Amino acid sequence: MKRSWPAGAAPFAWLLVFFALPFFLVAKLSLSHAVLAIPPYAPRLDLSRGAAGLIGFARELNFATYTRLAADRLYLLAYLSSLKFAAIGTAILLAIGYPMAYGMSRYGAFARQTLLIAVIVPFWTSFLIRIYAWIAILNPTGLLNQVLAAFHLGPLNLLNSQTAVIIGLVYAYLPFMVLPIYAVLDRQDESLIEAAQDLGCTPTQAFWRVTFPLSWPGVAAGALLCFIPMVGEFVIPDLLGGSDTLMLGRTLWTEFFADRDWPAACAVAVVLLGTLAVPIALFQRQQAKVLS
Amino acid sequence: MRSGPSAFNRISVCLGLGFLYAPIVLLVVYSFNASRLVTVWGGFSIRWYAAVLEDSQILDAIWVTLRVGLISATVATGLGILAAVALARSGKFRGRTLFSAMIYAPLAMPEVILGLSLLLLFVAMGIPRGFWTVTLSHATVTLCYATVVIQARLARFDISLEEAARDLGCPPLSAFLKVTLPNIAPAVAAAWMLAFTLSLDDLVIASFTSGPGATTLPMRLYSQIRLGVNPEINAVSTLLIAVVSAGVVAAGLIQRRRLKSA
Repeated sequence: MKRSWPAGAAPFAWLLVFFALPFFLVAKLSLSHAVLAIPPYAPRLDLSRGAAGLIGFARELNFATYTRLAADRLYLLAYLSSLKFAAIGTAILLAIGYPMAYGMSRYGAFARQTLLIAVIVPFWTSFLIRIYAWIAILNPTGLLNQVLAAFHLGPLNLLNSQTAVIIGLVYAYLPFMVLPIYAVLDRQDESLIEAAQDLGCTPTQAFWRVTFPLSWPGVAAGALLCFIPMVGEFVIPDLLGGSDTLMLGRTLWTEFFADRDWPAACAVAVVLLGTLAVPIALFQRQQAKVLS
Repeated sequence: MRSGPSAFNRISVCLGLGFLYAPIVLLVVYSFNASRLVTVWGGFSIRWYAAVLEDSQILDAIWVTLRVGLISATVATGLGILAAVALARSGKFRGRTLFSAMIYAPLAMPEVILGLSLLLLFVAMGIPRGFWTVTLSHATVTLCYATVVIQARLARFDISLEEAARDLGCPPLSAFLKVTLPNIAPAVAAAWMLAFTLSLDDLVIASFTSGPGATTLPMRLYSQIRLGVNPEINAVSTLLIAVVSAGVVAAGLIQRRRLKSA
């Protein structure tokens, strides 16, 4: 049906201008260099000079920012530790999120709906506030250490550590893991399990041979939905991590806001995007398949 | 028939929910703490709520955030309806792959990238940063969420109802407005609420795209949190949590009642 196409024209144009076009600007700016000016980069495209302006502009672009970042060990460390944090976080989330989603799907219809609301409420609650809540818990004088002291244990100095970042990541993203897995498990046809058991499977075997393989799309969606934004996470390493917790999202933020080095921030963004291109494409295909 | 939850199922669900809620509950409890120390209980008090009401910086930030949220969520939902109709109904068209890529990509894209790229756009266009740049940015990102929510509902909607209206002489637009739209209205409302909440919650994109005079509540809270924990932050947080949970629980209960009556 061709007639609906005009409906999409406005959002299509909107996304071209506000989503696609800005990426070209990021890529372009990563090839320029920082200067003390407003805005703080050069060269600037001067189209009033016509083609000469464009050529002069293109001649000044180079990969100097990338070679500078590649030569600096800190950027490489930030890159690797971002991937490490995201991978560890996703693994722990799967270990916690799957049993939780599976457990929820075992309840009756009414209880299931209540549990679903219970998981969705934190999902809608401010990210910043939920991370803030952990600062008071993990503080040296915080609630965790008060509980530990009551048992004559501790104190643990967790705030501003890598452990705190992992806890924060797992906590903040848990609903993003549980909801897609639950959605798949909830739709699963119970008669498949009965059939497997009629054919001699124990409940455990039926789970591993039928339920788990069939829930794979939910697991994949949940893992991607957590892993991708975690790699570029800023708030959690900034508030819960120490100054030695390097992550790309935080590096980009510092380059931009503290150092006012816009080309470096853009180069970090390009590297981040390049790394995440494959997982993002996988996620898109998954979503498009689920919805159509 | 589902086999009921085993002991293992019950424990996983309880531990999971405990983990999700314990920090939030502690945060709410300590907002009523008389002591200035967030981690030492000094008796019940609502003094921090009174302090919030007198903090003009916080009140200004709340006002900015509400306006940004209302406008951006409305724009995002309007565009989201159009985008969902295009995706759900038009089959293959030129640029469809690009279109759906632009809808799904922001859902998982790190916020720092979205914030930085939008900021560069405004700089390149020579638009001064402030209220409108945050609002436009939020509308762009939440548009994608709104589209996904509405599209999921539209995919289940029986299009023959709209076709019947058109066979009976209704023009296409009015058939859509009179038949389809009322049917997908709950999803449209959910999409608006999701967009509004996301806008209310956003720190990273707002920090990049905002300018002087347009400090949103998360930006204000973030700069205070960096200075350390303080019970006034707990009080503002509790108010926000109360508003959002009331909305989500109400929406959820309405759905559950429908489930019960069905």
